[in-house]
Amino acid sequence: MMRQSAASKMLWACAWAAVLALAGVAGCRHTAAPVPALKATAAGTALVESSGGHQVGATGTALKDPLVVQVNDEQGTAVPGALVEFHGPGGVSFDPVTQLTDTSGQATASVTLGTIAGRYQLSAVTPGKSKPASLEIVETALGYQQRLGSILADKYCNRCHDPESSPERVSNYDNLEVKPHPFTDGNTLNKMSDADLTAIIRHGGPALSRSALMPPYGDTLSAADVRALISYTRAVADPPYQPAGTVYERK
Amino acid sequence: MQYMRKVLSSAWQALFGDPVRAFGVVSLILLLALAIAPAKDQFSQWHGYQRQYLTLIRDRGDAVSLRRRFQPGIHQIWLPDLGVVDRCTTCHLGLKEGSLADVNEQPFRKHPVIPHALDGFGCVICHGGQGAATTVAEAHHSERVGEEPILPARYIESGCGQCHQNALPGTPQLNLGRTLLTRYGCVHCHAITRPDGSRVEATDHPPSLAHIADKTTREWIYSWLKSPQAYAISTTMPDFKLSDANASDISAYLVSASTPQAGDTDSAGVQANSKSGGPADPAAGASLYGESFCASCHAVQNAAGNLAGGDVGPELTRIGNKAKPEWLAAWLANPRIYDTTTPMPHYRFTKQQIAILSGYLQGKSDSDFGTGVHLDVANAQQIAHGRQLIVELGCAACHTINGVQKPENFAPELSTIGSKPLPQIVFLPGMEHTLSSYIVAKIRQPRAFGSSVKMPQFTLTAAQTDALATALLALTSRSRSMPDNLRVAAVPETNYQPAGHAGKLINELACLSCHRINGRGGEMAPDLTWEGSAVQRQWLIDFLHNPNTLRPSLIRRMPRFNLSDSDDKELTDYILTVYQSPAIDEEQAPTASSLPGAVEHGRQLFYSKYACQSCHIVDTKTDKGYIGPTLTQVGSRLTAAWVYAWLKNPQALRPGTAEPNQNPSDEDARALTAFLMTLKGPGGRGAKQ
Repeated sequence: MMRQSAASKMLWACAWAAVLALAGVAGCRHTAAPVPALKATAAGTALVESSGGHQVGATGTALKDPLVVQVNDEQGTAVPGALVEFHGPGGVSFDPVTQLTDTSGQATASVTLGTIAGRYQLSAVTPGKSKPASLEIVETALGYQQRLGSILADKYCNRCHDPESSPERVSNYDNLEVKPHPFTDGNTLNKMSDADLTAIIRHGGPALSRSALMPPYGDTLSAADVRALISYTRAVADPPYQPAGTVYERK
Repeated sequence: MQYMRKVLSSAWQALFGDPVRAFGVVSLILLLALAIAPAKDQFSQWHGYQRQYLTLIRDRGDAVSLRRRFQPGIHQIWLPDLGVVDRCTTCHLGLKEGSLADVNEQPFRKHPVIPHALDGFGCVICHGGQGAATTVAEAHHSERVGEEPILPARYIESGCGQCHQNALPGTPQLNLGRTLLTRYGCVHCHAITRPDGSRVEATDHPPSLAHIADKTTREWIYSWLKSPQAYAISTTMPDFKLSDANASDISAYLVSASTPQAGDTDSAGVQANSKSGGPADPAAGASLYGESFCASCHAVQNAAGNLAGGDVGPELTRIGNKAKPEWLAAWLANPRIYDTTTPMPHYRFTKQQIAILSGYLQGKSDSDFGTGVHLDVANAQQIAHGRQLIVELGCAACHTINGVQKPENFAPELSTIGSKPLPQIVFLPGMEHTLSSYIVAKIRQPRAFGSSVKMPQFTLTAAQTDALATALLALTSRSRSMPDNLRVAAVPETNYQPAGHAGKLINELACLSCHRINGRGGEMAPDLTWEGSAVQRQWLIDFLHNPNTLRPSLIRRMPRFNLSDSDDKELTDYILTVYQSPAIDEEQAPTASSLPGAVEHGRQLFYSKYACQSCHIVDTKTDKGYIGPTLTQVGSRLTAAWVYAWLKNPQALRPGTAEPNQNPSDEDARALTAFLMTLKGPGGRGAKQ
């Protein structure tokens, strides 16, 4: 009898412990700080991007410039005090996630990209007067190899391949008789295979019967550097690069 | 009791009554015990992940080869040299599977491309966490003594920094963090020694305050101490959050302890300024400021609030609020009188130029800065209190201050901060319990950790804070126990010192602030270690006399120093004799006459085969290339031997140059050299002949 009761006591204790543990886990999950609800004082009908879209940053880090969107009404004038909420795929974080537009009708959030390299489709949503309005924004996260490529591109390539000048770097694009393709030019570069890109980087334009204005970098860059450059151009291509992929036959 | 005994004895009888029965029961128990181990395996977490993995790959095109490479059971990377026992690959099964590049859910994601083999270093060296653990919670999130949660991905470059003490091209964040550690003077207070025993040295130049009263007023010191950022947004001086009384007392001590220095004020210069007809002409000042390329080192805030200019010297947006006119005139005349080690060159300005420039700089003032500051004359007690504050706050760790000794080991050493055990850390409420979040919070707001914390408030962007945290997280105790063959040493700055009278000139002109020579100096301008092999004598004399533009696209250029003719010549001869490259062979130098038709052949090679015109200008009428230096007079600038060696391999002569190594044949390089050496005049006239 006593044995039985001892065993049943043990069982009960275990059950209680399990219940407590579950409650604890459930409790922990729900103790996240409550988000104070924002009260919108106005509503717009459309969202437009002011700045901060199409940025390129390293995985897991904050983008250099904040994302700024503007809420407009039917007439296209900015609406202050409208609620804006940012959404993104897993791993992306916004600071702040929800906010009211400022006096100039703009909402500003700093964006931290996820840890996977690739293109991130983000969206901003405002409740609107009758139906919600939203805006899609694309940002690109670069992995280690792609970022190395972007650093190399800055040093060796962008002086000619990037038509934009900055105060620190005057673009050489306009000075060239045969215009190089910007690395974002997906329409052209997506059609070129990795082998072709490797050949033109290593041996210069004449390797593909193109202009000799593109010099050979095979004795300057290592094979890993060239691979990094290619993976970078693939990452920033617009329209996005779709790898051909391997075709396997299903047994 | 009796009943109990009865029950027990009957149970004993039933189970072990006779040997056969006992044997059967014991075998059964043994069997059950043996079954526990595989059953435990079957229900363990990692086994679940392996089953998930098999489901994931089942429907993929390359299922057969993926299945073939999959091995059930616990996997382990064991590297005794590195102390690595990593079982992460037990669950992270797709790390090396290239065809899983599209899989985004963990733990099956493919590892991104990195320069090392995964098996060569294991996982925890870069990612942290417990490699030997076989549950998600223990491997990733443990906070127990001696254990650490996994490192957030944005600090992953700290892993590289454990072996690589040098700057890697692929780790910009780590490199920035290390630069900030030395640039913001962190190492003045916090000692950091690298695993090889060398000490991280500061690269900032905190000014000596020994003669501060000659330079500025007590009121300015007070306003500056109250908020350095209000004076210069780019300053690296932190905010000590001083009360009005404390700032007043510190300023009182600094002024009272300051001693006058002979020659560091020039009231005659100021008089010359006022005699030349009221306020100096601002347009003349602006153009002299531009011609002297002050902006290469000094930044000024423009109307939009953006900084324009370099960061070698202090920001000059409000210099008129700070500098006393007679000090500024003397400083411009010769900065080395006030500060013998300043990176500022000794321009040989004329008296009139000094008057124009100091007048122009005095005009850079902000009427809003320091308004309403009226300090009463301090009494002895306040001055003594000021000194006490200076000692307590460690001001002398950075600045030379009369009457206060430089403190040793003022703040905790950070050589192994990256391995600081979590139980030793006092976290703030609501803070994530990780080392990285602690370091970031401490850099961001040191005083939030208690009012007794002496560390001041630095003004850093989020990216800079993350970079600093990355550099600090690289300082692990593991980095000290790495095998020697894996360590890549930092390239320390040499203590190269040019000799003789020319050496004195090089120091006075602060050539090393911009140029690098024999491993010491700045990186703004070309490395001059082999300059003597590269250039021709007359060109260098002319260039030093009046530096013309070699690279039109650069905004930072060599200033004119108003050297005397004899100084020009002496410096030139020193450079030509001393800065010679052993790799340049004068004998090999091709001459135009040695090869008939070589010049024309070289021209063709230049324009067609090597298409040099994409970056260089030879003929200003037709060529537009803007990246490399203009070559219209390269024949009178460079030596043939240098041009030839450069064409053969530019990186060998100047590592890191952007010019690609086109690896021309000897014959091509000779022809190109012959052609280039004919370019002797402005506008490419030489090329036409």
